[in-house]
Order: sequence, then C-alpha cells, then structure tokens
Amino acid sequence: MSAPTLLIRDLRLGFRGYSGLVEVLHGISLHVAKGERVALVGESGSGKSVTARIVLGLLQNLKSARISGRVEFEGRDLSRLSGRERHALRGTRMSMIFQDPTSSLNPVYTIATQFHEVLKRAEPRLDLAGARRRAAVALADVAITEPERVLDSYSFQLSGGMNQRVMIAMALANEPSLLIADEPGTALDVTVQAQTLGLMRDLVARHGTSVLFISHNLGVVREFADRVYVIYKGRIAEQGPTAALFEDPRHPYTRALLSAVPRITGGGIPEIEDASESYFAPLVVHEGYGEPEGVRP
Amino acid sequence: MKRTLSILLRNPLSLLGLVLVGIVVLSAVFADFITPFPAHAGAVVDFANFNKAPEWPYIMGTDLVGRDLFTRIVYAYRISLILGVVVLALAVPVGVAIGLFAGYLGGWTEYLLMRLTDVFLSIPPLVLAMSMMGVLEPTLTNGMIAVTAMWWPWYTRLVYNLARSEKEEGYVLAAEIIGASRLHVMFREILPNCVPSIVTKMTLDLGFVILIASSLSFLGLGVQPPTPDLGSMVADGAKYLPDSWWLTVFPGLAILVAVFGFNLVGDALREVLGAEQ
Amino acid sequence: MPPVVRLLAKRLGTSLVVLIGVSMLIFAIARVIPGDPARIALGPNATAAQVAALRERLNLDQPIVVQYGQFVADLVRGDLGVSLYTNRPVTTDIVQFLPATLELVLVAGVMMVVFGLPLGILSARYRNSWIDNLVRLVTLLGVSAPAFVWAVILMLAFAYFLPLFPIAGRITDTMTIPTVTGFLMVDTLIAGDPRAFANAAWHIVLPAFALALSGIGQAARLTRSNMVETYDRPYIEMAQSYGFPERRIATRYAFRPSMIPSLTIIGLDFAAMLGNAFLVEAVFAWPGLSRYGVAVILRKDLNAIVGTVLIISAMFLIVNVIVDLLIAFINPRIRYSQRAS
Repeated sequence: MSAPTLLIRDLRLGFRGYSGLVEVLHGISLHVAKGERVALVGESGSGKSVTARIVLGLLQNLKSARISGRVEFEGRDLSRLSGRERHALRGTRMSMIFQDPTSSLNPVYTIATQFHEVLKRAEPRLDLAGARRRAAVALADVAITEPERVLDSYSFQLSGGMNQRVMIAMALANEPSLLIADEPGTALDVTVQAQTLGLMRDLVARHGTSVLFISHNLGVVREFADRVYVIYKGRIAEQGPTAALFEDPRHPYTRALLSAVPRITGGGIPEIEDASESYFAPLVVHEGYGEPEGVRP
Repeated sequence: MKRTLSILLRNPLSLLGLVLVGIVVLSAVFADFITPFPAHAGAVVDFANFNKAPEWPYIMGTDLVGRDLFTRIVYAYRISLILGVVVLALAVPVGVAIGLFAGYLGGWTEYLLMRLTDVFLSIPPLVLAMSMMGVLEPTLTNGMIAVTAMWWPWYTRLVYNLARSEKEEGYVLAAEIIGASRLHVMFREILPNCVPSIVTKMTLDLGFVILIASSLSFLGLGVQPPTPDLGSMVADGAKYLPDSWWLTVFPGLAILVAVFGFNLVGDALREVLGAEQ
Repeated sequence: MPPVVRLLAKRLGTSLVVLIGVSMLIFAIARVIPGDPARIALGPNATAAQVAALRERLNLDQPIVVQYGQFVADLVRGDLGVSLYTNRPVTTDIVQFLPATLELVLVAGVMMVVFGLPLGILSARYRNSWIDNLVRLVTLLGVSAPAFVWAVILMLAFAYFLPLFPIAGRITDTMTIPTVTGFLMVDTLIAGDPRAFANAAWHIVLPAFALALSGIGQAARLTRSNMVETYDRPYIEMAQSYGFPERRIATRYAFRPSMIPSLTIIGLDFAAMLGNAFLVEAVFAWPGLSRYGVAVILRKDLNAIVGTVLIISAMFLIVNVIVDLLIAFINPRIRYSQRAS
C-alpha cells in the first residue's frame, strides 16, 4: 500500500511565552489517504488551524514554537527536511484555501500578478503572458465566465464568491497532491459558501487531490468529507467515517456538538454548554477507521 | 501603570532610555549642587582659563571666555526642559481640543479647523518658528510661543484621527442615546480613550521640542547670551573646528543624549500602551 | 473624469486654499512686529522724514487688509516686493539662492528613500532579531539629533579627521560653471564637464547626508512599523503558504501595501528638510537660502520674510500633491474608486 498523502502521529505543539510553555496540541494523530477528503472538526482554539500551519511548515520557523511528533507528507518526514525543502513543497505539492478569500488576496496587485506568482512556484520561468493563459483556463474551471476581466481586477473589485473561486483556482493550479482548506468561505454568505464548496468538491474529485478540510461547521463537513476527526482542546476525541459518525456519535463531546446543531448548513458551531469533564473522555475510533500501521495502541 | 513600568524595566533599550532621561532630568534639577562652577551659567569671564581642552576640573573643557562647558550644558538642560514642558503644557490642550471638536462635530467646523491646521502644517516647522522668532524679540518666553505655535497642529491631527474612529464605537453611540451632551461625549467619553496615544506622543515630543528649540538658537533666533543654550553653543563653537572640537562636540552630544533618551522611553511606551489597547 | 484627474484637481484646489491661508498667516505674523520695520531697515540715523517715506512706499500706513490686498495683487503679477536687505526684488534673491537649497534637499530626499526604505524592510522582515534591534537603534539615533549636530559630527569625522570629503562649499573655487538651472549637478552636465560634476557631487555628499539622517531614521522606522502590521494580514499568510519567496514577500507583497500609510508621512519628512536645510547650510557654508533667510529675519525684512516662507510653503504643498499622486499610483483603490462588477 502506498504511503498516505498526509500522516500525522502524536503531534505536539507548545508555545513558549512569558508564563512558561503552553501546550496547544497534546499529541494528535491523523492521516489523509490519496484522493481522500478528511475533515478536522472542532471549535475555535481547539488546535485545528495550527495543525494546518505545521503541515505547511509555517510554524517550524517560529522561535517560540516547540513541535514534536511526526508529520509525513507522501512518506517523507517533514522534520527531516531542511527549511528549503519544506519551502519547495508549499504552493507546489500542497496548497491552502483560507477563511476569507477577499482579505487573503493582496489588495494592491491584480489577480493576474498573484496568479503569475503562484504558477511560478511550479514553473519558475513562466512569463506573465503564459501565466495569463494558464490562469484563464484555471478560472474557467471554476465557472468564471469572464476570466480576462477577473485577471485584470483587484480583489476589492470582485465579490466574495468570485474571490473564493479565484482562490480555489489558485490552490489547484499547480496540481498539488494535498489541499488544506481552513474554514473555507466561512466569511461568505451561506449560499455562496455552499456553491463554492460544491465547485471545490467536484474539482478535487476530478484531480484526485487529497483534502484536509478544517471546519467548525458540521453541516458543511457532512456534505464534503469522507472521514471526520473531531478535535477538542488539542486532542482527537472521535474519528470515523462521516455517515457513521453523524448517525452514531459515541464520544460525549461529539454528541454534544451534534445535538446542538439544528440545521444542515448552520452558521457554525453553536454554543455548547459549559465544558464538561466527559469531553476529555478517551478517543473513540469507529471500527475499521483507526490510524494505519498500528499507530494507536 | 505598575505593569507598564515593569515592562519598561525589563527591556534593556527602554531601561537605557529611562536612565538617560533620569540623568538629564536629575542633573537639571540639581544643577546647583552637581556643577563645579554654578556661576558659569551666567556672564562670567575667566580669561586665565579660556578655550581649554577637557582636563580636571573642566571635564568638558572651557569656552572662549573661560567658562566650564559641563556647567553650562547642565544649566542648558534645565532651560531646555522648562521650555519643553511649558510648550507641551500650552500646545497639547489647544491641539487636543481643536482635534476633538473637528473630529467629533464634523461638517463646517471640521472643514474650517482642519484647513487651519493644514495651514500651520504646510509651513515647514522650523521655518514657521523661525519667522515668528524673527518678528518677536528673542527671549525665552517668545521662544516658547514660537515653538508652541508650530506644535499644536500635530496634536490636532492625532486627536482628530482618533476621534473620528472612536465616534463610530458603540460606547459613544450609547452615550449619545442616553442623551449625553456633546461636550460630555467629547471630553468624558472620547478623550480618555485618546490619552495613551497623547501621552506617548508627549514623551517623544519632549525630546523633539528640545531639538527644535536648539535648532532655533543654533540659527541665532533663540535664547540669547549669556543664558546657556546647547544650540548656540554648537553655533559659536563651529567656527573653531576642528581645533577646539569640545566646544561643539559636547553640546551636540548633550542634545543627542537627551533626545535619544526621550525617544527610547516614548518608543517603549508606544509599544506597551499599544499592546494594552 | 478619471479618478486620478479628479483627485489631482481636488488636491490642487485644497492646496490653493491652504496656500492662501499660509499667505494670510505669514502676512499677519510679519505685521505684528513690535517696532517699526521702516525704522529698523533704515537704522537709527535716518531722519523721521526718511522713515515716513519708506513707510509710505511699503504701504505700512494703510490698514492691514488693504496692505494684504495690495500684496496679493502684486503676488499675482509675480512681484514679491523689494528686499530691504539686498535692495533687489525678492524674486531675484530667491531665484539666486533657492536652487542650491533645492539641490541639497533633493539629494537628501533621494538618500532618505534609498537608505531609509530598505532599512525598514530589512528590519520588518527580520523583526525581533538582532538585525531588527540594530536597525532600530541606529535609526533612533538618527532622529535624535538635529541636522546641525550631524553636520558637525560628519564634518569632524569625514572632512577633518579622515579628509575624505571637502569641508565646505558647493564646488572647488577654481571651477567656473555657467549658471543655467542653478542646480550645479545639472549645470556641470550641461557644460559637458564630467570632472566638475564629480566635484559637485563630491561636495554635496556630507551636507546632504547630514540633512538626510533624521529622514532616513523616520522613513525606516515608519516603514518597519507599517510593514510589521502588514505581515499580520491574511494575504501575507497566503503568500507564505504558497511559498512565495520571502524576499519577494518583503520587497513587494508586504512592502507595497504598507507604503500607502507611510508615504504621506515620508512626504512630510521630505518637506521638513526644506526647513532643516537651513541648519546644514550654516555648517557647510552652503550658499543656499539659509544665510539669506536668517539675515532677512534678523533684519525684519518684511517682503523677504513673507516671500521666502511663501515659496518654501509652496514647495511643501507641491511635494504633498506629488506624494498623493504616488499614493494613488500604488493604491489601486484610489485609481478605481468604482467597482468593476
């Protein structure tokens, strides 16, 4: 069996601050197989986003961050790679989509310029004209009807949904094997968010891209993901296939989460009653959905 | 306040700033006790010891009429600090009030007040003070007036921008809804929220007022002899470069040390107060 | 009308309003002189009749509003009156002395941008490292002394102690260059004399650097603080997560947005050099507007004071309009104020 696209084992992260070391991740393990769409679900502050940043290699250079555990990307241990090698993976083999597409695009450069920069990651010699041609094709793929006009625009001239399409097109332009989507489109209207997510799902399926989907929105997760990890305060609480987990939640925290969701495409994680001791109950793994190679005892 | 101080003391650069400011202020206050020749602050002549390179007891040398430079520098600090404090005490209330009115009231008030501010801001600071000093008699009081005239618009601009953003805040709206008067909203609601920025700027400015005042007297448009002044000491000594280097170098460094100290403290304050907001 | 043209028209209009305000202000300052300017100009030995004649010639016996009206009427015709100090039209004096000052200020302004911005970028890119601390310390020192102190220190160090640069003046006396623009570095080129150009450039280095030092410090500090703020924006995280080269992020993607708030202040600092040039010119015996300006102020030469301040303020306003256009150039929001969709 070939190595999973992403494999995380016992990942720990702490920040050194004025008041000593604060641990944010207490040893999480997860994996994303090739072509799989995996969701990491939790409330804000649970450690979802820092996990994504470690995978991208952005936190490793931070002096105050203490990271331990293994992160393997396509079988390569990221901690054994040099900063330069980790950098080489970003934007080429892995890419990312952000919460608010409009503020994630640089306001003083046109979409074309930024697309050019993205494409140059894979093909350093590409000129602007070539980049425009390729970008136009990529934009057409995300159902943008006037790619030329969009390329000449600035992010503030486009709607949020349009910017989100641009971000999706950029994220997939270099055919990465892993796409990390960090709360994609949470800043958008619910209907626009649903549209763009549908678009993204079709595209990753077509390209065979693996996706780590980070969200606090259970409705969206249910629509999008094959498998789900529920994270609570830096620990994985429950993991399993999406359907089974939603129909048969076994961990107290997952149950609390689900019972608090009234709508399919709700506006996010609802208020959960005060943190209960039971939320720290041990990890629940649905049968047949454990970590590969006996990572978990 | 206590927290602010403890953060200031932890950073070596801001600590250095506090030390420099402390030295400058304390030496100015206790000038009578720490200087070897307090009389040299005035019109004393000692031709036996004129133009001496630094040697004991003249640790910074003597000037062209034999006065101890160290003594004169310390007394010049005293006058600079008085000037700085008075200028800020005059310029800040005026500038802040105008900024509040323009920023909060808007409309024609804003247009007129801000154009007035622009007028003052579009004459280079030094040139405005120079021309005022030119028409007034060069005395300490007039120096204060001239520097004040160029200083208040900077506080107007600062407070104007703050007031414009603060007036959109919920607490201002709340005060307006319960029927608070405009004056109450401006001075009791908005002003307290501008205080950290104002205090930070004042700390930085104490140094810059000293800098500008010394520039004026360097051009011969400031405090007149025999009152000791760092700017005019540099101007007088510049003719005797490079041989009598101490005549210019020590007063020049004295300006640098004082302004640098206030800048370090102001900078640190900005970071601490900024982080607390 | 394209937004840029509309912006330019609006800014020029505001500048004109401000310039009129400046003329009123400076006119008012000049007329509150205690003592009689005519008496001061003529000296204590002049007769009462002579003083009265001069008062009449200068319109000093008219109400101030009438004086101002006369002044504006003359100004529109390009007449700033006659200097009592040089007995020449003020415009002639300014035309003679201003180019040397402007040349100094322009070179200092180039130094401010060429050294200040890269230092700020460096500091922001390596924020909180030793490089950052070093740059912050040096730039803070730069802003902590007036230009005349730097002038004295630089002169002692690099003209006397290490005689690398000339002590004073704009050009070696033996070289004569026909005046065309008044800018020596331009006139030497027009004269086709590269040796004289090099000589003039060599003379301007120390005074310009002394003048530029605090501007360099201000520009670097401002660039750093605005860039540090920009580094926290999502679009920088996006650039980093797509692996854009750090160097390009620093010099383009973080630098350019952060210049939008910086530029106005940098423009003000540049314009402030028009005033600070007085301090440097005095030390380096630079034959610019400084000696004239100080002399006319000390002699209460009304026309010359008003004229000099007005010209400097006009320069100041022109710089600010140029800065606004530059901001419009780097900020597409101003260029395209309407949504394209």
